[in-house]
Amino acid sequence: MNLEEYKGVYVFAQQVDNVINNIAFELVGKGKDLAEALGTEVTAVLVGSGVKDLADQLAEYGADKVIVVDDPELKEYRTEPYAHALASVINKYKPEIFLVGATAIGRDLGPRVSARIHTGLTADCTQLDIGDFPLAPVPGKEQKHNQLLMTRPAFGGNTIATIACPDFRPQMATVRPGVMQKRARQAGVKANVEEFNPGFTPDHKYVEILEVVKAVANTVDIMDAKILVSGGRGMGSPENFKMLEDLAEVLGGQVSCSRAVVDAGWKPKDLQVGQTGKTVRPNVYFAIGISGAIQHLAGMEESDIIIAINKDESAPIFDVADYGVVGDLNKIVPALTEKLRAEIAKNN
Amino acid sequence: MKVVVCIKQVPDTKGGVKFNPDGTLDRAAMMTIMNPDDKAGLEAALRLKDQYGAEVTVLTMGLPKAEDVLREAMAMGADKGVLVTDRVLGGADTWATSQTLAGALRNMDYDLIITGRQAIDGDTAQVGPQISEHLNIPVISYAQSLKIDGDSVIVERQYDDRYHVLKAKMPCLITALAELNEPRYMTPGGIFDACKAEITVWGRADLKDVEDSNLGLKGSPTQIAKASDKVRKGAGEKVNLDPAESVDYIVGKLKEKHVI
Amino acid sequence: MDFTLRKEHEMARALFKEFAEKEVKPLAQEVDETEVFPRGTVDKMAKNGFLGIPVPKEYGGQGCDPLTYVMCVEELSKVCGTTGVIVSAHTSLCCDPIMTFGTEEQKQKYLVPLAKGEKLGAFGLTEPGAGTDAQGQQTKAVLDGNEYVLNGSKIFITNGKEADVYVIFAVTGMIEKRGKMIKEISAFIVEKGMPGFTFGTKEKKMGIRGSSTYELIFTDCRVPQENLLGKVGQGFKIAMHTLDGGRIGIAAQALGIAEGALERTIAYTKERKQFGRSIASQQNTQFQLADMATKVQAAQLLVYKAAMAKATQKEYGFEAAQAKLYAAEVAMEVTTKAVQLHGGYGYTREYDVERMMRDAKITEIYEGTSEVQRMVISAALLK
Repeated sequence: MNLEEYKGVYVFAQQVDNVINNIAFELVGKGKDLAEALGTEVTAVLVGSGVKDLADQLAEYGADKVIVVDDPELKEYRTEPYAHALASVINKYKPEIFLVGATAIGRDLGPRVSARIHTGLTADCTQLDIGDFPLAPVPGKEQKHNQLLMTRPAFGGNTIATIACPDFRPQMATVRPGVMQKRARQAGVKANVEEFNPGFTPDHKYVEILEVVKAVANTVDIMDAKILVSGGRGMGSPENFKMLEDLAEVLGGQVSCSRAVVDAGWKPKDLQVGQTGKTVRPNVYFAIGISGAIQHLAGMEESDIIIAINKDESAPIFDVADYGVVGDLNKIVPALTEKLRAEIAKNN
Repeated sequence: MKVVVCIKQVPDTKGGVKFNPDGTLDRAAMMTIMNPDDKAGLEAALRLKDQYGAEVTVLTMGLPKAEDVLREAMAMGADKGVLVTDRVLGGADTWATSQTLAGALRNMDYDLIITGRQAIDGDTAQVGPQISEHLNIPVISYAQSLKIDGDSVIVERQYDDRYHVLKAKMPCLITALAELNEPRYMTPGGIFDACKAEITVWGRADLKDVEDSNLGLKGSPTQIAKASDKVRKGAGEKVNLDPAESVDYIVGKLKEKHVI
Repeated sequence: MDFTLRKEHEMARALFKEFAEKEVKPLAQEVDETEVFPRGTVDKMAKNGFLGIPVPKEYGGQGCDPLTYVMCVEELSKVCGTTGVIVSAHTSLCCDPIMTFGTEEQKQKYLVPLAKGEKLGAFGLTEPGAGTDAQGQQTKAVLDGNEYVLNGSKIFITNGKEADVYVIFAVTGMIEKRGKMIKEISAFIVEKGMPGFTFGTKEKKMGIRGSSTYELIFTDCRVPQENLLGKVGQGFKIAMHTLDGGRIGIAAQALGIAEGALERTIAYTKERKQFGRSIASQQNTQFQLADMATKVQAAQLLVYKAAMAKATQKEYGFEAAQAKLYAAEVAMEVTTKAVQLHGGYGYTREYDVERMMRDAKITEIYEGTSEVQRMVISAALLK
């Protein structure tokens, strides 16, 4: 493998029902940072059926180029034709970096593609940098420059590892949604589109789709919220979440929750923050009656401001909170809502 | 019908995480368990045994002590256990692990291979799909239900906002979610039988059609640059005031940070 | 001599512990409060083979040894004394005598479904005028054609109304022994639903409140002759042999209760602060815990030794009596100290040790009081 042949940062632009997923814009944004560090460009790979029109959106968020693989076989996501599409793009264009969102689709597709083209894949990354490998010079070992350093949590969020792929290309990573920042949209930018179709011939690896069942669409996605008011087991009952809804409403935020709350059946899983739920990074995160199990912290500690209210002063949530308030949430939260309502009315 | 379930022995990270005095993870002190997604995959296979008389073999790669997890699976009802262990296989990333398991699977009869979606120590979800690629068979990951239809499997495959009902011809590989089912317990008699049972132990020489350059640490494309315990953002302020003062404190901070 | 457990015992303990934590512990307080028999738990135990642990596989059991069975009762009792005694009474007092004294037909008909957990077992010896003194038996069985006709009643019967199969003792005549006329006692397998077999009042108890303790009433109850267990007149021997095994089960229950109380007390004293420091940092607490833990360990060794004796020896009444005597007294002492170390909270139903102290008391009483165990032990010493 001649590593020098591989150039450019490529990202998989995931779309479902011809709507581009937010992760695609996040990857374009991060890909742009990496491309700038390497003095190269970021290319989005858009795969689907009738998706060409979507390419401009990717350009608006910073994609220098968009490769469109458009074929009727690609209408609904299936592992094999999508893996064939990406593997063919990689074999033809030889990117040095290839990023895929760590979504349910991306974490199925990434491993199949990396195994097909024989390269390494680092899962569920939360940080990507360009740097040296090994990080510091090691006697007797060549230190390679301009490597992709992929950082990810492991052991349920207890450890963190930085991984490189020095001898194979492309350097592949799946990237956790909600972690990378997308760039500001430049409305009206037109995409530099290149169409490519490697040909799709169904074989035994093409599974048959018997049915597509859509779950009820979420009204809100907590990953998009600027302010989250999150409740834990300490709320005591599902009825008490009314207090949080009132507080969220005053601040224009959303309610989310910890795993204990979902396990108790008080709130649906799509509101769960944490290792097995969603990773959020709002401007303000209120952790109310949440003790702060490590799995929960993994999903919210990147929030800009964390405010915790808990009656147990030794709760681990206080170890990550910017502002910790020890006290009875039943007394504090309603009073806080009223006070904020008054303050905001005064400002308007 | 023959089903092979790939299982992994993992440290129990839920609740039982222990640290050394210097703050690093104390792996030796942590209990080991059968990886939860793998256990769901095993339960799915055992249900195929109950329903169709499938023969269930469990396969693991690891240190010799990983034999314990095979015995646990057999105490739940698996028929056979195969342990792949060899020094040259150590330090493998997901590429090399999937190559190893594929090399073992080429020596086994199977209609269906089931793996867990991901292991709780690595959380990669990569080994299952990679095995299927090496064996050139279809994969359906994230299975939330599984049934047999003639020479095919029908699987509900979960995505974020939907699921697909997919049909794949066997042989194929399924990755299971812990939500797939509620795994059964071992039985006391199953434990006694499993402790007497013979476990098949394979080394490097027993792997079929795999090159040395794809195995172990040397065969791993990804390399660890740095590993450390997660450094958390330090604690900020903590106050213990009466409720009215607490409210004033929070409002003051929100103003200071221009949130309101 | 080696005190390390074999692999299968370690795995079995892990299994029982996991089951107890997940399936039994969450219900323990409710079972005690409501005094409702935990049928759902029994069904789950049946499905997982917990109701036939020491029964050979050819009779529907798990083919394990008495030690495995003891560990099951121990781990269940750590979280719920009621659940522990349900398994103990079923296994030791009903499966065991049928396995030991039953004919092949009786084993196929009764032991197989009992061991599979399709049926639940109970044992009826005690009467208002006859506890340990079997000669006080009033229940009579008279052969009429090819059926025995039973009349009388049994009290304090564990699994009373919930069981399906009962081993019942009754007087079948008088015989001469050393120049004295004594009652001839025989054992019978009686099924729920046999004509003339009904239930009396349910006991309201201090502890193990979810176990179904009933009076059994036999009014011209007709039992087929083939349900005679063992030979005519063998009843006393069957009863005594069965109780030797049963005592090991109760000893395991007592051990489990003591261990459960100790575990909770260790956790509580580390957590609870008084005068600015944890109770555990005070020497009185430390010494109390040290004594409790040492006695619990000694009890465990005696109980496991009795279980091993049952596996390897023809007679094990002496070991069983020592295990039960000591484990029961340790259970009472340890739970009492546990309540004391919990202070006022320990006296409330919010904390498990309150229930455990009530549950512990019965282990000093049933299947032979501590006084009876002392009689058995001293008789062996002085013979």
